[in-house]
Amino acid sequence: MTEPIINFEKVSKWYGDFHVLRDIDLSVAKGERIVICGPSGSGKSTLIRCINALEDHQEGRLTVDGIEITDDVKAIEAVRKNVGMVFQQFNLFPHLTVLENLTLAPMWVGRVPKKEAEERAMAQLVRVRIAEQAAKYPLQLSGGQQQRVAIARSLCMTPRIMLFDEPTSALDPEMIKEVLDVMIELAGMGITMLCVTHEMGFARSVADRVIFMDQGQIVEQNTPKEFFANPKSERTKDFLSKILSH
Amino acid sequence: MDTALRPPVIARPAPTRHVGLLARLRKSLFSDWKNALATIVVVALLVRWVPEFYNWAVVRSVTQPDNDACRALDHAGACWGVIAEKYRLILFGRYPFDEQWRPLVATLLMVAMLVASCTRVLWSRWLVAAWIAVLAIFFVLMRGGVAGLTPVETARWGGVPLTMLLSTLSIAAGFPIAVLVALGRRSHLPAIRSMCIVYVELIRGVPLISVLFMASFMFPLFMPPGITVDVLVRVLVGITLFSAAYLAEVVRGGLQAIPKGQHEAAAAMGLSYWQTQRKIILPQALRMVVPSIMNSFISTFKDTSLVTIVSLYDLTGSLALALGGDANWRQFYLEGYLFIAAIYWGFCFAMSRYSQWVERRLNVANAH
Amino acid sequence: MIAAAIWFLAHNTLENMRVRGIQSGFGFLTQPAGFDIGESAFAFDSGDAYWKAFLVGLSNTLRAALVGIVLTTILGTLIGIGRLSRNVLVRGLCTGYVELFRNIPVLIQLLMWYFVLNEWLPPVADALHPLPGVFLSKSGMSFPVPEWEQGHVVSLAGFAMGIVVAWLYRRWARAAFEKTGVARPMVWPALLIAVLGGLLGWLAGGAPTALEMPVRNDLNVSGGGAVTPEFLAVTLGLTIYTASFVAEIVRSGIQSVPWGQTEAAGALGLSRAQALKLVLLPQALRVIIPPLTNQYLNLTKNSSLAVAVGYPDLVSISNTTLNQTGRAVECITILMAVYLTLSLVTAALMNWYNARSAIKER
Repeated sequence: MTEPIINFEKVSKWYGDFHVLRDIDLSVAKGERIVICGPSGSGKSTLIRCINALEDHQEGRLTVDGIEITDDVKAIEAVRKNVGMVFQQFNLFPHLTVLENLTLAPMWVGRVPKKEAEERAMAQLVRVRIAEQAAKYPLQLSGGQQQRVAIARSLCMTPRIMLFDEPTSALDPEMIKEVLDVMIELAGMGITMLCVTHEMGFARSVADRVIFMDQGQIVEQNTPKEFFANPKSERTKDFLSKILSH
Repeated sequence: MDTALRPPVIARPAPTRHVGLLARLRKSLFSDWKNALATIVVVALLVRWVPEFYNWAVVRSVTQPDNDACRALDHAGACWGVIAEKYRLILFGRYPFDEQWRPLVATLLMVAMLVASCTRVLWSRWLVAAWIAVLAIFFVLMRGGVAGLTPVETARWGGVPLTMLLSTLSIAAGFPIAVLVALGRRSHLPAIRSMCIVYVELIRGVPLISVLFMASFMFPLFMPPGITVDVLVRVLVGITLFSAAYLAEVVRGGLQAIPKGQHEAAAAMGLSYWQTQRKIILPQALRMVVPSIMNSFISTFKDTSLVTIVSLYDLTGSLALALGGDANWRQFYLEGYLFIAAIYWGFCFAMSRYSQWVERRLNVANAH
Repeated sequence: MIAAAIWFLAHNTLENMRVRGIQSGFGFLTQPAGFDIGESAFAFDSGDAYWKAFLVGLSNTLRAALVGIVLTTILGTLIGIGRLSRNVLVRGLCTGYVELFRNIPVLIQLLMWYFVLNEWLPPVADALHPLPGVFLSKSGMSFPVPEWEQGHVVSLAGFAMGIVVAWLYRRWARAAFEKTGVARPMVWPALLIAVLGGLLGWLAGGAPTALEMPVRNDLNVSGGGAVTPEFLAVTLGLTIYTASFVAEIVRSGIQSVPWGQTEAAGALGLSRAQALKLVLLPQALRVIIPPLTNQYLNLTKNSSLAVAVGYPDLVSISNTTLNQTGRAVECITILMAVYLTLSLVTAALMNWYNARSAIKER
């Protein structure tokens, strides 16, 4: 069996006295696509934010792409070069144009010359179908457009792992589809994806594994088919009944 | 993947390395070498200067109004005796000694009214009536001449009552002017709009001292020959015009934040211009800018200290009065300054804390 | 109606002036001033005209204001950043500083500093001597100034050329970065080049080293450059007072940038320094600069309080002139016109900056 690209070993995290992640054991294989769901406060966002060290952990071992995540700043920067993240609030840089948003990291972190960075950026913009907005500023775009730009921005660094933290939760309903379409296309490309979302349709069509978290632990994980058809735990059944009812 | 269910994990307390007071202190003060260095430097400075200051201000100080003891100190300790000796002169200016209960009562009344105005529960039109009553009582108490009180001319008013009077009256009188000017700036009549713009930009572009000079020297010239205007009134007019200009900008900010839809809805209901402003626009705008208005009040309160330069004896001026002419006590000016600085600081700090509290409550209210 | 009010005021003014025998007109400006000015950047004596006196006042105001603005920016920025520090001691100290100096009127702070400098500094005979050539005493501070020679002109020219070369270097470095992706340092080499230019010019001019050193004897310190205790009190007081407001502005500017921006920058792999330079500072500066220029204006206007400590700034000179000549209207008009011009120019610059840097939205 090949090395997992992400490995959680008994990882625990506390916010002050609150035990937010409890003894997480998780192995993610290269190219796997995982959807994480669960009630709010269950620690799912915290889990994926630990992967690119936006959150630290107090106990356990976390290894990403062969590098162990500790307090070492150099290790963290090395990890972040290969991990892309898409946030719920898009977090585009409002003082730069769309194109500049995309070329910033390749130029300053990847040491790519400007011309090449711009060509790559345009290619990504074409892929997320937003190339005509390249010269605009983020706040001039709609929510769905901004999120697609955010996805393109992360892709410009050619990451091996893509993390999505509730990417469609802040969008108006009519814009959710355009973002999900981009994510589905991405899923077919072989990048390892971890996605925290409530969009169960997306999980069914794309995920290799669905993980249910509650109260800081992984309660259940299975293939989407099995997960939705035969949930094993009472908590899972309870959660599914709530979100699948409409 | 392992699809078996696992036993639930019970929450446990965080490892001691990470919680508790000691851990927090360690993270805060010694998280890396730069932080540790800063901590060491700060602690060294504090250890050097704080005991020194404490010795000067408390341990070796003299609190009795004893001039010889103070001089014997030779600056090794603070002479708070100068305060004990001169505090009535500093606090009340040249007001006749026996009648000083009057400014005391007047000031306490004013402060009570200010505190009452700050309690939202009491906001109603009775508050306005109460204010007018208190101001009237204030004047009667200070001025005298009725009900058996000996008259005291305004030239002898000074110290804390004068500071309170100047700040409160200038804001109270400046506020209606500010509202009118703010409305005027948004008016469609070019004459009114340009006059308001000129007024605001002129006053905001020049220092208060020049406005006070203008009030002091030029106002007598504006009046018909033969009419003299009291110095206090002149200075009051100057400060009022000054604070009104800044308040006008604050109110204008609030007016600009009102969505156009409000005006349109009012027009659709058939309300006249003044009705719209009075009933719909102004209440919303003013409520929004209450914290900024409080900041203006704090600034005005601090600015009243400038009237010393035009020879009115407010709290700052009365200190010069108390110590400047007295060769025995003049060297202890520093203690005097610290005393009045503490008074100003106390008032301003309390007001700024209150204004921050109001702002927080407003933000909570607006979030709903 | 408004016209009637203005006419009423004007009529009264003229009447009053006629009754009191006050002349009007700005002709008095060419008459000799008849008073000395204690501190001036250029030569002035009582025989010079009033307009020159006003000019001295203006130069004194600008001198204090410019020094104050530079110092207060440095101090205020440090304290503002300190308020956001993780270190609880540093944070507490900076918060204490802001809450203390913000709530005491600036006039009182000026008077206190003036008193302290006067009382607690030693007399000239025992002047403090912290650095070679620098003397600090009741009569003020003296410091060495270079004796002006031909060589200095050349070194200044060299420095100017160094600045041009440094600017060209930065352009080249940026172009090279965009072409090859290898980032070249922008700040240190530019500074180095500018300084080097100055140094070469200095060498070429014959390396003049003569410094006019202050010489102390029992009565006074002569020679060298000097600033009076009044100037020190005004600059110190204004700097410390305004720095408390600048600190708040810097702090809220930094805090106005949403935390998500820092996270996104980090998630892309930018280092802390890069995130600061490319993402945080550009956004924070847009929020900081408008109120900051307002504080600069406030500092300049507050310098008018120098009249209370005897520093001969514009207001003080105007006051003296007014008392001597009785030309209240003219003097005050000049005063207000100067400050108004400063304010309007600053406001215009601010508006231009705002328009240029505004974050474009729908």
